[in-house]
Amino acid sequence: MSDDAPLGGSGPLIDAHAHFYHAGAGRSDWARVNEARLRAGDRMGVTYHVASVLGSYGHASPTYFPSPDDVSRGNDAMAAIAVAEPRRVRWYVTVNPNHAEHALAEIRRGVERNAIGVKLLASRRADDPLLDPVCSLAGDLGLPVLHHIWQHRTRDWPNQEISDGRDLSRLADRHPRVSFILAHLGGGGDWAHTLPAVRDTPNVYPDLSGSGVDRGMLDAALDALGAQRLLWACDLTMETGLAKLRALEVVGLSDDDMAGMRWRNAARLFPAGAFPRCDA
Amino acid sequence: MIDVAAYVGSYPFRHLPHPDPDVLVRVLERERLAGAWVGYLPSVWQRDPAPGNTALFAALEPYPTLRPAPIVRPDWPQWERTLEEALDRGAAAIRAYPMHWGMGPYDPSMRELALACGAVGVPLLLTTRFEDLRQRSPLDVASDLTAAHVRALARADASVRLVVTGAGREMLEETHWGLTPAEQGRVHWDFAWIWGPPEDHLAHLFRTVGAERFVYGTHWPLRLTQNPRANLDLLPAELRDASITDASTLAFRR
Repeated sequence: MSDDAPLGGSGPLIDAHAHFYHAGAGRSDWARVNEARLRAGDRMGVTYHVASVLGSYGHASPTYFPSPDDVSRGNDAMAAIAVAEPRRVRWYVTVNPNHAEHALAEIRRGVERNAIGVKLLASRRADDPLLDPVCSLAGDLGLPVLHHIWQHRTRDWPNQEISDGRDLSRLADRHPRVSFILAHLGGGGDWAHTLPAVRDTPNVYPDLSGSGVDRGMLDAALDALGAQRLLWACDLTMETGLAKLRALEVVGLSDDDMAGMRWRNAARLFPAGAFPRCDA
Repeated sequence: MIDVAAYVGSYPFRHLPHPDPDVLVRVLERERLAGAWVGYLPSVWQRDPAPGNTALFAALEPYPTLRPAPIVRPDWPQWERTLEEALDRGAAAIRAYPMHWGMGPYDPSMRELALACGAVGVPLLLTTRFEDLRQRSPLDVASDLTAAHVRALARADASVRLVVTGAGREMLEETHWGLTPAEQGRVHWDFAWIWGPPEDHLAHLFRTVGAERFVYGTHWPLRLTQNPRANLDLLPAELRDASITDASTLAFRR
């Protein structure tokens, strides 16, 4: 392989779960981190980063319970990044369903600025009725919903109202026309619990992101759900994303299955035309 | 380059696919690693490590690239004899698990073990964690190894050589910057749990504590062996040629 060849292999690659920072995120190195994501993405061969900004990331209101003002400021920052990086970046509009009218208005405002999905944090349990208007609107607009998930919720954790695969499945059952991306199968908690929890809910699509690189996780996910329901992604740790890509390459998957996880499944879930460099 | 953090055997809290030495040998070849220091995973949760050590030596005997790293528990009767026998049977490093044995940072027996290993020139291998805290079984109650444990052992004597696996950036920095330069030189770290981009913790540590403080550890069969290589490959361009330490150079058996 030449030095210039993408480390993640050839062919389109969509990171379906990414984040960017901004000046209001309470960290002075926010621009460096954003640049590092794009740098590493280019090295890996990421065609598109589908990203969100989580309010002020705890600086002015809690990351997982962002105030409406922080939600809007974060979405403004995310939209600006997408405008500045039209070749590489697409975005989710983030909402806090506790502020129902604001959440709906923010989704409409985001779509006007080319958002292609909705990001839900851990502001409310996934099966709470407050999420229904958000999901109904996402369905009307043809947007997938990326939902922050804890793999097996056995107790409450501080600073977030966590949901697990069972909670998300109940929501997904109520909204069969909406595609739900279950966040970071490798992102903490017991992924082995998630797989049977969502197996019979066909509109739930786990992404493979997260810092966890447990051996056996990818094989189990493929066995339980099949490649057509899995999305490759990185979230906060891109080296684990690259490791998972390389691990998938030695599993012995078909080209179709690899392409599905790398980009085709994402292209199917998001609005048509969202990824022109993949469609070409 | 060798892998300092490999195991054979089953894990009590989840199924691991084929955690067997012949598979490990193939994985190491695929990852272009020359060998590994290998522990016996079930022993970590057993009170008496002796049966596990016996099983480890037997399992690795046909595989010369797999070097045994048995456990010596320094609060167990006749641990000195266990250490001697382990060395006689070719141990490349000695593993200890103070958190699983309920030992605090200044436990005198751990200090004795570190001194004994230092006296014979064999590295003492400490493991920060096996799994992410968020997924840990409620039965798995041992806390992560603390920086205080490592600092205490690094300060014990100039002969001590420690290899710490599974630490994150915070634990590593809390240890490293709490030691004198001479003491810092007694500790090596793997980077299996240290974040790459976009946070770039590994790049930061290469710039601050130095790439030479790091050794290669995969945590097979618990974790994907591809992860450390991916982390190195994604370093910023100016760090891509930085050289980490080959752990095979750390053993200085007297």
